[in-house]
Amino acid sequence: MTLFYLFAAVAVLASLLVIGQRNPIYSVLLLIASFGALSGLYVLLDAPFVAVIQIVVYAGAIMVLFLFVVMLLNAPQEDTEYDERVHPLLRPGPMRFGAALAIGLLVELVWALTRGTDTGGFPDGSVSSVAAIGQSLFTDYAFPFEVTSILILVAMVGAVVLARREGPR
Amino acid sequence: MPTLGDYLLLSAILFAIGTAGVFVRRNLITILLSIEIMLNAVNLTFVAFGRALGSADGQIIVFFVMTVAAAEAAVGLAIVIALFRHKESLNPDSFTMLKW
Amino acid sequence: MTPLFIAQIVLTLFVFVMLLNSAAAMVYVERKVAALLQQRLGPYLVGPKGLLQPIADVIKLMFKEELRPKAADAFLFALAPIIAATCAFAAFAVVPFGADTTLFGWLPSSMRLQVAEVNVAVLVVFAIASMSVYGIVLAGWSSNSKYSLLGGLRASAQMISYELSYGLALASVLLIGNSLSLREMVDGQAGTWFGIIPRWFLFLQPLGFVIYLTAGIAETNRAPFDFPEAEQELVAGYHTEYSSMSFAMFFLAEYINMVTVSAVATDLFLGGWHGPFLPESLGWIWFLLKVSAILFFYVWMRWTLPRYRYDQLMAFGWKVLLPLAVVNLLVTAAGVLYFAA
Repeated sequence: MTLFYLFAAVAVLASLLVIGQRNPIYSVLLLIASFGALSGLYVLLDAPFVAVIQIVVYAGAIMVLFLFVVMLLNAPQEDTEYDERVHPLLRPGPMRFGAALAIGLLVELVWALTRGTDTGGFPDGSVSSVAAIGQSLFTDYAFPFEVTSILILVAMVGAVVLARREGPR
Repeated sequence: MPTLGDYLLLSAILFAIGTAGVFVRRNLITILLSIEIMLNAVNLTFVAFGRALGSADGQIIVFFVMTVAAAEAAVGLAIVIALFRHKESLNPDSFTMLKW
Repeated sequence: MTPLFIAQIVLTLFVFVMLLNSAAAMVYVERKVAALLQQRLGPYLVGPKGLLQPIADVIKLMFKEELRPKAADAFLFALAPIIAATCAFAAFAVVPFGADTTLFGWLPSSMRLQVAEVNVAVLVVFAIASMSVYGIVLAGWSSNSKYSLLGGLRASAQMISYELSYGLALASVLLIGNSLSLREMVDGQAGTWFGIIPRWFLFLQPLGFVIYLTAGIAETNRAPFDFPEAEQELVAGYHTEYSSMSFAMFFLAEYINMVTVSAVATDLFLGGWHGPFLPESLGWIWFLLKVSAILFFYVWMRWTLPRYRYDQLMAFGWKVLLPLAVVNLLVTAAGVLYFAA
């Protein structure tokens, strides 16, 4: 139980800091920490395959992509028409409305979750050998699997085309 | 031992944090990062339910969600690069050319 | 505090210390083998036959001044070598290096010669290898100099490109071994065919071994794929602004990554700790010999082959190695289906 609280606290804290940081590099690194905590939670949920895939795909590939883009763009940090010295989350317009909406969402979800009957603990027995996942993935879910490969191809081509320079001038 | 409700509560909190990030932040990359937080919250929900119902389907859906998230991050970042090249700014408020 | 628990803790510390020693030994081996390949002597002054040379190097590095560029991001600048070294050590934690042993009857039950037993060990090694990219990327970025940034970006682009072939070569051998646990993979290679040829997966997956080793050499940024490092002879690389122990940590990380790649290759392709003439409890000797052979091959490659230029390197990774790895996977899958039927 303490492990659950530890990972949960790290995930929530890191996510809060992600949306609160000014420098996008720190946001990316904090998000990697959050993903690490989530990976730990997946291990607690008896899903080691998903835990490792989370590290490989999310923390190891997608976040590297984000890091590359942030570094290559060398972006200024949130230049806006507002007074530059005010932290972005403390500016009047976006903060009030956005924060209100997000808090409203949180209140709704917590209300919905605590309203129902007690969900109880998890049943015994683990569900996830990698073999079972592979079996299911390639038989029941073979069609989505193949479609996903086409999706990735499309995304690759799209990313290359969109980020390409105009051509010889 | 943590119950299913605990995991769902955690993922609700993470989802709300991601939503707050999308609404509040004025930097395209941070918005994309907040979307990734939301997707991860959903992944946690799926795995928790998969465990509670004793089925491997939860993890398989997570597999697909991760793939789609990767594709979306790639294309989203390509668009960010294209936009940045055009206007040297990452603030979504500065891309107003399509406004009437 | 059972004896088994204490033995496990001692084993963990032992593995840590031995990895450090192996990095030091690699420093010496590299210089000596390079010298002998180039028909000169190499280190011979410090200690008998120069064997204490690594100690001299470490002392020299410790006494250097620890510099930090003023415009560098202090936190990230300090964090990058830590990430690099931590991932290098962590990857070895799931690699088994010997059969179960009772330490010659000293322990009540047998203990695994592995710091952590995970049933998805191969994936864990792969995951931690993909995390070690961050050490390099952050080093390049936080130095806040254009050449460091470009060197860091190139090195990390190289690492993530070769990760694909690395993973596919791993997938091919996993198909044959039928498990993700390194221990079970090694156990599948026990015994011999016809009494002579050991049942190594190398003989079933020759192309896979070549692809794995090539991708491993590229992953650890070693020659002939070390353009991002050699860049520093010409311009600058990601660890230019580092000095003293931070620099030492990067090179420690590099050597330990080499050891990990060799150890995983030994476990997956060369039969781990199985070998003739020795009882199972002394199998770690065979493991050491096989890992040393692969490490020698690493050093030999470095001082024999000219290095690839960066665009040649990337073209090779994407246009040659990746299709080969995919074809290898397909043929392996077809073979497994056919011969299992």
